[in-house]
Amino acid sequence: MLNKILLIVVLTVTALMLTSTANASPVETFEFRDEVTKVRFQALSKELRCPKCQNQNLADSNSPIAEDLRRELYELLQQGKADSEIVNFMVSRYGEFVLYRPRVSSITYILWFGPALLILIGVIVVIVILRKKPAVKADLALSSQQQDKLQQLLETNKEHASQNLNTDRKDKE
Amino acid sequence: MNKIIRFLPLILVIALGVVLYRGLSLNPQDMPSALVGKTMPEFSLVTLKDDNKTVTKADLVGDIVLLNVWATWCPTCKYEHPYLLELANDPQLKPYVKLYGINYKDERLAAQQWLTHYEDPYHFSIFDEEGTLGLDLGVFGAPETFVIDHHGVIRKRFAGAIDTRVWRKEFAPLIKQLISEKTAG
Repeated sequence: MLNKILLIVVLTVTALMLTSTANASPVETFEFRDEVTKVRFQALSKELRCPKCQNQNLADSNSPIAEDLRRELYELLQQGKADSEIVNFMVSRYGEFVLYRPRVSSITYILWFGPALLILIGVIVVIVILRKKPAVKADLALSSQQQDKLQQLLETNKEHASQNLNTDRKDKE
Repeated sequence: MNKIIRFLPLILVIALGVVLYRGLSLNPQDMPSALVGKTMPEFSLVTLKDDNKTVTKADLVGDIVLLNVWATWCPTCKYEHPYLLELANDPQLKPYVKLYGINYKDERLAAQQWLTHYEDPYHFSIFDEEGTLGLDLGVFGAPETFVIDHHGVIRKRFAGAIDTRVWRKEFAPLIKQLISEKTAG
């Protein structure tokens, strides 16, 4: 019993330790003028991509260049620069690449409108297919003659079936 | 017609496969620089060898410039170094092309020792301890090499080491073009 409790405690502690390291991101001790600046800093460092470690944002990465860029971002915020000015500053040096949310331009049209276009094509295809169906149905409808024949066939079939059922039962007995 | 439609999904899947397979061999570090076509940013920093000597953009502009970002903490820079010496001593390039260094986020003493130990290919190295010039150039690692024309416009940025193959493929045609641009005025 005691062993079990001990095991549970150990497991929980390890789990907690693991989650806390997973959440740990490199944080310098920046002093912000006010709460708004702090929130803006956090938002921008999540939105800007680290140029070196390409699948991380500035907030997550602990590469030296991300560190530099965080410091630069902090300085720019302290100087009272607007978000758009800061984004322009970064883009003019590192290219559109640093934006996790790329701006709408001729080279990003396919990114922004591609999915909508694909859905549109899908919808058109579905509509075309659905529209075709009634025409096919009309062709498949049976004439009264065919209808009668079908009825006949069904009935004879039923008789056969009941006979078969009887023989089946006999077999089982 | 019907047959074509029946094979259309297969054709689409193969086309998609080809595109994705090609993507595997692309180099994600090979990014177009935001600075190509722009003028070299202004700066005012001291040289690596003499911390009393300040250099600015004016000291670079006028020649065809190779601006090489290097540091002692960068192993690839060591690999690249012999080829830079070769370039600096190339009799065909010497009259037209000047090689300058940016010593990027490094320690002065270690960098000075590096240059005495391995020889110095640069006319001078700008000592960019804080990486401020590096930031303005969009540098995110070392080695990186910029080609700047005689008007001070950045014409190329290359991330990675230069060797004979890279030089022939990436730099030689551009340098040739720049030399003819310069001699034409």
